[in-house]
Amino acid sequence: MVNRVARTSAASPPLSSIQGSWLGATILVTLLPHMQSLPGWLSGLCLLLLAWRLATDRGLSPPPATWLLLLVAAGSVVAAAIEYRHLLGKDPGLALLAVFACLKLLEARTVRDGRSAVLLCFFLQMGQFLNGQEIWVAALTLAGIILALGSLAALEGQADTTRLLRGSSLRVLAAIPLMLALFVLFPRIQGPLWGLPQDAYSGLTGLPDTMSPGSLGELVQSGGIAFRADFDGTPPPPQARYWRGPVLSEFTGTTWRPGYAGLTDVMPHDGRGPSYRYRMTLEPHNRPWLLALDYPRLSGHDVRYTSDLQLVSTRPVRERRRYELESFPEARSGQDEPPHVNRRNLDLPAGSNPRTVTMAHEVADRIASPAQRIGALIARFRQQALTYTLKPPVLGQHSADEFLFDTRLGFCEHFASAFAIAARAAGVPARVVTGYQGGEINPHDGTLVVRQSDAHAWVEVLLPGQGWQRIDPTAESAPSRIDVGIADALPDYTDLPLFMQPSMAWLRALQWRWEALGNRWNQWVIGYNEERQRNFLRDLGFQVEGIGDLLVAAGIAAIVVVLALMAWSLRQPRQGDRLDRLWSRFCRKLARAGTRRPQWMGPLEFAKLAATRHPSSSNRIRTIADRYASLRYGPHPPQDSDLGWISREIKQLRLK
Amino acid sequence: MTGIALRARVQHVLETHLFQIRRAEPLPARLGHRRIFVLPTGLGLAFGATLVTMLLASMNYALSLGYAVTFLLAGVGLVSLHQTFRNLIGLELIAARLGPSFCGTDAQLELVFRNALDRPRIHLDVFLDPARPTRFSIDADAITHVTVPVPTQRRGWLATGRLTLETRFPLGLIRGWSYLTPAARNLVYPCPETPPLPLPAPAYAHQDGQGGSTGEDDFAGLRDYRPGDSPRRVAWKLAARTDGHLHTKLFSGGQRSELALDWHALPTTLDVEARLSRLTAWVLSASQSNQVFSLRLPGFASDRSCGEAHLASCLRALALHGESRGQD
Repeated sequence: MVNRVARTSAASPPLSSIQGSWLGATILVTLLPHMQSLPGWLSGLCLLLLAWRLATDRGLSPPPATWLLLLVAAGSVVAAAIEYRHLLGKDPGLALLAVFACLKLLEARTVRDGRSAVLLCFFLQMGQFLNGQEIWVAALTLAGIILALGSLAALEGQADTTRLLRGSSLRVLAAIPLMLALFVLFPRIQGPLWGLPQDAYSGLTGLPDTMSPGSLGELVQSGGIAFRADFDGTPPPPQARYWRGPVLSEFTGTTWRPGYAGLTDVMPHDGRGPSYRYRMTLEPHNRPWLLALDYPRLSGHDVRYTSDLQLVSTRPVRERRRYELESFPEARSGQDEPPHVNRRNLDLPAGSNPRTVTMAHEVADRIASPAQRIGALIARFRQQALTYTLKPPVLGQHSADEFLFDTRLGFCEHFASAFAIAARAAGVPARVVTGYQGGEINPHDGTLVVRQSDAHAWVEVLLPGQGWQRIDPTAESAPSRIDVGIADALPDYTDLPLFMQPSMAWLRALQWRWEALGNRWNQWVIGYNEERQRNFLRDLGFQVEGIGDLLVAAGIAAIVVVLALMAWSLRQPRQGDRLDRLWSRFCRKLARAGTRRPQWMGPLEFAKLAATRHPSSSNRIRTIADRYASLRYGPHPPQDSDLGWISREIKQLRLK
Repeated sequence: MTGIALRARVQHVLETHLFQIRRAEPLPARLGHRRIFVLPTGLGLAFGATLVTMLLASMNYALSLGYAVTFLLAGVGLVSLHQTFRNLIGLELIAARLGPSFCGTDAQLELVFRNALDRPRIHLDVFLDPARPTRFSIDADAITHVTVPVPTQRRGWLATGRLTLETRFPLGLIRGWSYLTPAARNLVYPCPETPPLPLPAPAYAHQDGQGGSTGEDDFAGLRDYRPGDSPRRVAWKLAARTDGHLHTKLFSGGQRSELALDWHALPTTLDVEARLSRLTAWVLSASQSNQVFSLRLPGFASDRSCGEAHLASCLRALALHGESRGQD
């Protein structure tokens, strides 16, 4: 037997053109979702290689020479190294895997090569999930799997396309029970098993941790969801929806950076006033901070406050994360900040933005009270008639000066940065807070959805006796940004992503539905982690302790599925058609009454014999046998009514 | 017990108890679930390794859909195992007939399979020699004939031996197989000598030689035309019918020529098998040209005759020469 295996694998049969087409289609569908993250030249190369295979199969082109394939392989490694600047990571790894799958197909000559290509496809389908696990990716992957399984069957020698597709789809359908059981029960393990490549999470977007002119503008172009909040009761009104992200208190002259802020478990605000309770589902952004409505009280065990009121997790948020919060919009903090905090929040690099500083000094000379100084600065900003725009002109070294006095066009980060500089110059401690402002309620599931396009920056100033006070210079200059959202605050809609333009209301409605579905998908499929698994099983009434219980449960589920399949394969096929089964029922009934039909005896003859043995039912026996014989051997196929009639007659047959 | 004896014993136990191989089984034989074996193929093992890798990657990167895809493919593997199994179970071998053959060429084993199920069975391979499987499929509720080549190494009786019936349907991940040992046997005739020597000159009943041949109208048979044959003896009518292939008519005339193929007349330098080979070749060529002949072997002497039955009995004697009588 060993010899046999060795021999067949040595002489694998050549690939037919049908098999080649199946493999080509499989690789194409497998690569489709990859194309959004692959560089254009690489997608193009892959398509070219696939087209070449197609041409070879059609006899339009000779198969490529080996040296050429090696050259392409080596070339793409070099190109990937240049493109990604490294090779040992997720992105270059996936890119090279994609090229190699296409090269493998192009050089495939035998069925065995074809099978290796299919296994490569399974890896690629898996690799795609590193870039995203949306519903459409799942749907394409499912299509890819069906094609890959069809390819395996085609490599096994089947050729009929419809039958192959049908067979693969049925096979996938039959596999779903096991998949569901294992998906629900297989123990989920927190955290990586081994080190991840540096760029494992490069695809995640979110707020940057520094702010310079233009840094938020890019983010706003994205229609992606930043997080969802599910409130108990009514959500706060739009103008109170300030979602706090990184706090930036160090200004270098061009860039705002986070200053030093200690970690603490003590809530750094007084927690007074009304509160909102809600659950956050934060999209992964690969940074440790958690977003929260001002000012939060936390309840998680691996989350702490920073002294400037951010929530930070012990690990970067790399998976969608759910947490519960309570927020106090009217709470106060920082009434007794230590002097060094005051000093740091007054710090400005020497010579930076001289015109703004001069303006602030004028205000400071006129007014003594810090609160009034701030009021005066707001007034000055209004006088400047600044315009809120998504596409501000590029600014030079003194960005606040240029924004306030020259271009007068800016995005929220320009407003916030300029105001914080002015406040500091006027002697009022100030810092920039970035985060999100606003959000919309999805009418289909009631969750508040906050998008990357809601990214915002505002200012907090420290007023003696009152603590930190929020000032939103954007709102002061373009109030509609806060009241009705970014779309209406902009004079010209064309800069906005298509879905945000008001004329696209129907598109928006469709999108709400889609996102409600996406939310459920995220919660139950993508976000099915250790915690959710425990809760879900508890809701079903199973108290699961530890991995051992889960493994046992998963094992039992697998065995049940295997037994079900076994019962299905061992199922005795029914012999003959319905008419035959009725006839054998009739014969069995007579046999029980003592009249057994010899194997060679026809129905009419048997009826004659049985009628003499059972004179009381002789008529019925004859009519049943007559009807059977005429249906069985007559020209017309039996109708349901005929079969029903025979069935009733047999039931009514009383043999004594 | 020596190592070899132990191995033979283990093999025997495996074959009789695990693989349920019988000496020869009566037909029809139905493949019950105890007779069907399934194991992953090389591709199946590679598929399994791929799944394990995918599962580890899912755990490492916390990819929920990765888990889903891995489990889905595992399910597909399981389903394909059952489909492989279902492709074999309940299949019936209802008849087997082994044809005669010449040593060194393949005997043809004809098998008749019945599928009593309401679904087709696809891509079954049946073979004795794994290098030459015969692939067939059976429609729902149908009967099919399959011919399997049986290699022959020596003349004499040939029993079918252990047939393997295997399938990798549907995905090639799983190999399912069963063994069948139908009780079919037939003769393997000695390998005819190649190239065949010309037939020996017929010995005439009268010893006065060819010159006395008077009558040419007593037709005795045909043989292939050889250069030098008189054109008058060519069977022209037959040539017209057979696309110009020439035959020469043989006439026995008054003296009945007798083609006697005699073991003892062969050169003594030939060994037993060489003699049998030569005689087989002669018997065949005599039969092909419809000549009347007789065959003499030690312990066997045929009548002067011709025809299929005569040929068969001569070939049988040649095949069984020297074998013990008890076997036929």
